[in-house]
Amino acid sequence: MQRFIVLRILQGLLAVFVISLIVFALSRVAGDPLAAILDDEAGKEQIERLRQSWGLDKPLHVQYFTYMRRLLTGDLGVSFRWDRPVLELIAERLPATVQLSSFALVITGIIAFPIGVLSAVRKDSWFDAGGKMFAILGQSAPTFAVGLILMWLFAVQLGWLPTSGRGGFKHMLLPGFALGYYNVAAIMRLTRSSMLDVLDTEYVKLARIKGIPEWKIVWKHCFRNALIGPLTYFSLIFAVLITGSVVIETVFAWPGLGLMVIEAINSKDHIVVQAVVMLFALLYVGINIATDITYAYVDPRIRYG
Amino acid sequence: MAVQTSAPPGGPTGAVAEAAAGARGISMGRVWGEVRRFPVIPTFILIFLLIIPAIFADLLSPHHSTIGDLDRALEPPGWVSDSQKSQIVVQRVRDKNPNEVSLNNARRNLDSGVATLVDANGNGEVDLGETVVRIQEGGSWEYPFGTDKQGRDVLSRMMHGARISLAVSCLAILLGGILGTGLGMLAAYRGGFLDAFLMRIVDIKLAFPSILLALTLVVAIGSGFSTVIIVIALLLWARYARVIRGEALAIRERDFIDRARVAGASNLRIMMRHIFPNVFNTVIVLATLEVGHVIILEATLSFLGAGIPRPNPAWGLMAADGREVITSSYWIFMFPCLAIVLTVLSMNLLGDWLRDRLDPKLRNV
Amino acid sequence: MTAVQTATDTILEVNNLKTYIFTRAATVKAVDGISFDLKKGETLGIVGESGCGKTMTALSLLRLVPRPAGRIVEGEIVLNGEDILQKSEDEMRDVRGRQISMILQDPQTSLNPVFTIGNQLREALGIAHKENKSSMLGRAVDALRKVNVAAPERRLDDYPHQMSGGMKQRVVGAIAMSCEPGIIIADEPTTALDVTIQLQYLRLLKEIQAETGLAIIFITHDFGVVARMCDRVAVMYAGRIIEQGDVRDIFSRPAHPYTQALINSVPKLEERVDRLYSIEGQPPLLSNLPEGCRFAPRCPYVSDRCLETYPTSIQIAEEHHADCWALHPDWEGSPIAEYVAPTGTTG
Repeated sequence: MQRFIVLRILQGLLAVFVISLIVFALSRVAGDPLAAILDDEAGKEQIERLRQSWGLDKPLHVQYFTYMRRLLTGDLGVSFRWDRPVLELIAERLPATVQLSSFALVITGIIAFPIGVLSAVRKDSWFDAGGKMFAILGQSAPTFAVGLILMWLFAVQLGWLPTSGRGGFKHMLLPGFALGYYNVAAIMRLTRSSMLDVLDTEYVKLARIKGIPEWKIVWKHCFRNALIGPLTYFSLIFAVLITGSVVIETVFAWPGLGLMVIEAINSKDHIVVQAVVMLFALLYVGINIATDITYAYVDPRIRYG
Repeated sequence: MAVQTSAPPGGPTGAVAEAAAGARGISMGRVWGEVRRFPVIPTFILIFLLIIPAIFADLLSPHHSTIGDLDRALEPPGWVSDSQKSQIVVQRVRDKNPNEVSLNNARRNLDSGVATLVDANGNGEVDLGETVVRIQEGGSWEYPFGTDKQGRDVLSRMMHGARISLAVSCLAILLGGILGTGLGMLAAYRGGFLDAFLMRIVDIKLAFPSILLALTLVVAIGSGFSTVIIVIALLLWARYARVIRGEALAIRERDFIDRARVAGASNLRIMMRHIFPNVFNTVIVLATLEVGHVIILEATLSFLGAGIPRPNPAWGLMAADGREVITSSYWIFMFPCLAIVLTVLSMNLLGDWLRDRLDPKLRNV
Repeated sequence: MTAVQTATDTILEVNNLKTYIFTRAATVKAVDGISFDLKKGETLGIVGESGCGKTMTALSLLRLVPRPAGRIVEGEIVLNGEDILQKSEDEMRDVRGRQISMILQDPQTSLNPVFTIGNQLREALGIAHKENKSSMLGRAVDALRKVNVAAPERRLDDYPHQMSGGMKQRVVGAIAMSCEPGIIIADEPTTALDVTIQLQYLRLLKEIQAETGLAIIFITHDFGVVARMCDRVAVMYAGRIIEQGDVRDIFSRPAHPYTQALINSVPKLEERVDRLYSIEGQPPLLSNLPEGCRFAPRCPYVSDRCLETYPTSIQIAEEHHADCWALHPDWEGSPIAEYVAPTGTTG
């Protein structure tokens, strides 16, 4: 088990390294970082001095190490647009994103698993057909369209919920559902199909033969086994959450990292974009490792394998 | 010790055996089943929503797609008649300016379908103190889906938007497909370090949230048509590379490859003449399965302002424009959004059908 | 058989049981009117080819026919004097495990991979005995010891994938017997095991039966196992029991042409065989059964009568019945009448 965890962490570090290389490379492809902040009138000497102080005159690999050392010491640079240290900006925006994403995740769990399990238990019923429709729609609707339609229906037409911004629980409902929809659809189908497989196994038959009540068979014997399928997709779920939070925060003017990235992109604030991308990458890799460990916990065959 | 009967041990039970019997040869039932499963409605939706508008946008669209009539801005769709809502506006006008004559006149004009509140003499807009009130309640069939903030026809823009969606997805899939298929075949054919290296990159690429990568790329190379296509192609190639590599690995082991090699064919020739035709079905199926995904990607990038630049009529951009006026003018975001959902839904259904027909082993891709 | 006997030692009586599976295309008559009984402490073998309805019969006895397609449409299953088909789903749970239990075909998949075997065993025990954890632990160890699992204390914390196939099947047996049921249905419990382990397992079952006096319904396609294990045997063909009786009686005087073919097809060690005997043709589809005798299309002695109506049962000896027109006394010059000793027809 320990060897397994160490291996996963090493693989994760490799992924982070590659991503940092890509982000660094792209930041240099984007052209001279100075061009964005200095106007044409800046004197040659002034440019040269800045270039030296930023280390831009050094070879690329030295620049990369300088860049990485800064990142590791928490010096993410200063945003042009907000004129504040990026770390400060991130610290300010991160809680909003975490709040929304966790809420979306909770919604996903609360809705997707029970519906998936019930669809499998009541296969071919109207309930199952409805779930299927819901899922197919979820895979065909871009997140922003879901957000806009929900906003129009529940905030504009019915006036039940606020249209945008961060506030109380009511503010979270629409963006949370819109952010969670794709995952709900995906996990529901995954849970259903792996539940169907499990319900058909001999050990479930044996559990029935033992005379165990049906609810206990479904939720003890099947559910944990059925979880293994969707759990392997957890990193995918998280990827969808990251992507979705960028979109949904834009739709609902939710003041999180996603909205900040879009604002930064629109004002060509590369430093902020890079920092947030690196942060998401780190988070993503971390979640991946955590997923694998949870997976090993749920399925003993992997733990001892 | 086992009983030897003509039925194989563990052989088919009644129901299974029957199904197996049905699968033998081509029965009418099977042909009918195939016909019935063909996604007719999705195909029609695709043709009428995406393909015809995309090809004939210039001929079909009633108005210019990027130049609008500011006087007709934010007009609702043609079927919206001035009803209760206009009367509410009239009520509001009355609260502000208790000039009965002009209001009655206004009401009469509203009833007859003229959309602007005019003064007692019937000309011009009524000046109510500081605010000029223009009542745009009913729509006209001149603009069937209404107009946006700049008075551009939503329908015309949607038709041209279909062209953009189709063009971007075709080009991006073509580019990504060529890149991925080429690299996949190369990895399989060469093996060794190149294979291991490429597949590691594919792993990392497949694992990373694609929009983030796209955004970083867009920031790096600036937004525009070609950027969107390149960015999406870069997001797509990895899946092609992995699937095609798997297929090509199996094909490489077959006799005719050895025979070609013995006959002195060059590596490039073997790949193009012998391996490529054998993976072509898979390439096509992957492409159709990707179209929906690409349309969503393009629309999302455009929606975020990192895709097709304004004032081009991309569906995602239209939705972004519509978001700003969502409280008053639903038609600007609603129709493009519905167009995306319907197109992608249809494309997915069609892709599933095609996959089952051509390449059932891709079911888990 | 008299009514008095039924009351004393028959614990299970199945009358005209019909279990159909309703698919969109057709109705599959998996079990189509079978009757048999089971006495305390005896072993009844149910033999037949794959897909003849053996397993569906077993599942019907536990009322675990796959829903919603499968349904018991007719008949009675009288267990200790009560028809279990009249019971509610809740009452059925008291039957399963405690009165009738079952050992499944494949030990590899019969145990839940995510729980330890101790957990799964305790769960089964917990249904019968509501008691505290430590005494349950003792019971679990006892249950494993009973099925000859070495060092049972240490085995409790193992996961199924850490055990061998034979060990798993013994655990499955321990689970099935944990609530001390009166009847165990063993559905081809040894097909997935190695030959040597098969024999061990069968011997174990016999030992436990001798100790506890439980009745076993042994489902198999292997007449060799039947000879080793069973007291009585019922031969199933296409959803029906076509012959049943005392195992020695059936081996010495198989009456039905199908039974004869089955027994002939068991290779005998003492005889040199040039080619293995096999029955021509395929069993009929359970969704499209012939009008008359179901074996008629493959039967070497087929007559018009066989094709028209299903044969009525005829008694060959006490406790030995077969469904075949050729056995009826009015069949002039029956090809198999002499093969069957005439004792039954006179009585």
